[in-house]
Amino acid sequence: KMSLSAKEKTLVKTFFSKVSGRVDDIGNEALSRMLTVYPQTKTYFAHWQDLSPGSASVRKHGKTVMGGVMEAVEKIDNLCEGLRNLSDLHAFVLRVDPSNFKILCHCLLVVLAMTSPEDFSPETHVAIDKFLASVSLALSEKYR
Amino acid sequence: MVKWTDAERATMKKVWEKVNINEVGPQALARLLIVYPWTQRYFGSFGDLSSPAAIVGNPKVAAHGKIVLKSLDKAVKNLDGIKNHYVELSEIHSEKLHVDPDNFRLLGDCVSIVLALKFGSAFNCEVQNTFQKFLAVVIYALSRQYY
Repeated sequence: KMSLSAKEKTLVKTFFSKVSGRVDDIGNEALSRMLTVYPQTKTYFAHWQDLSPGSASVRKHGKTVMGGVMEAVEKIDNLCEGLRNLSDLHAFVLRVDPSNFKILCHCLLVVLAMTSPEDFSPETHVAIDKFLASVSLALSEKYR
Repeated sequence: MVKWTDAERATMKKVWEKVNINEVGPQALARLLIVYPWTQRYFGSFGDLSSPAAIVGNPKVAAHGKIVLKSLDKAVKNLDGIKNHYVELSEIHSEKLHVDPDNFRLLGDCVSIVLALKFGSAFNCEVQNTFQKFLAVVIYALSRQYY
């Protein structure tokens, strides 16, 4: 199981505390990009009226997703326990193919790089990549 | 056969005009080696890759980054001939270098991220979409001669 060093956890917490005021926009941007650049992801949202970048549904869901990410930052010392409810949700209700987690993570990284270029050093980049991969793992814990 | 719309061609031209391949190349390759350290397996002769600082300051990494971006540059300027452009390079990556093609996607992702760092909000949804389509075409071409 991949684990984050103390230094990496600090980098992640510091970075996300700096962007905490912009999470709604970040969520919207990341989700918009995911739906555009990887259109196969739209299959999970067929029940939405409007899947275009920045639509009301996309904005709302971007906010939800980032809420989960910020919760994960707080629970960074024990993601599997801490994200138990979200894990149940993704495994038994949403049943999102886990390959899509990688896709959303990449889109998030692009948006984070865009919005905070001065803070997105290579060391921070790898820490956040690892963190998001750990979150993805925690979310797919219950799949089988 | 890949089809490029006029809008996509225009986007690629506009984006690439602002790319400094001598900067983006080294930065993207450095991030690949730092963020996905298993990729270092292909660069045993590059010397000190022991830390992010070492990688960022390594002249062989920088030189190789530039070589990779020069090849991408040729592809951008010949969007309709990408498949042929990469035939020889594909054979080399498969037969001589033995690079797992999944790594092409990782490097492509790093290039996208470096462009996002440089361009900020100009690297919008549409631009990212077009650029990643370009990367996907390159990656397909590079993977073609593997058997």
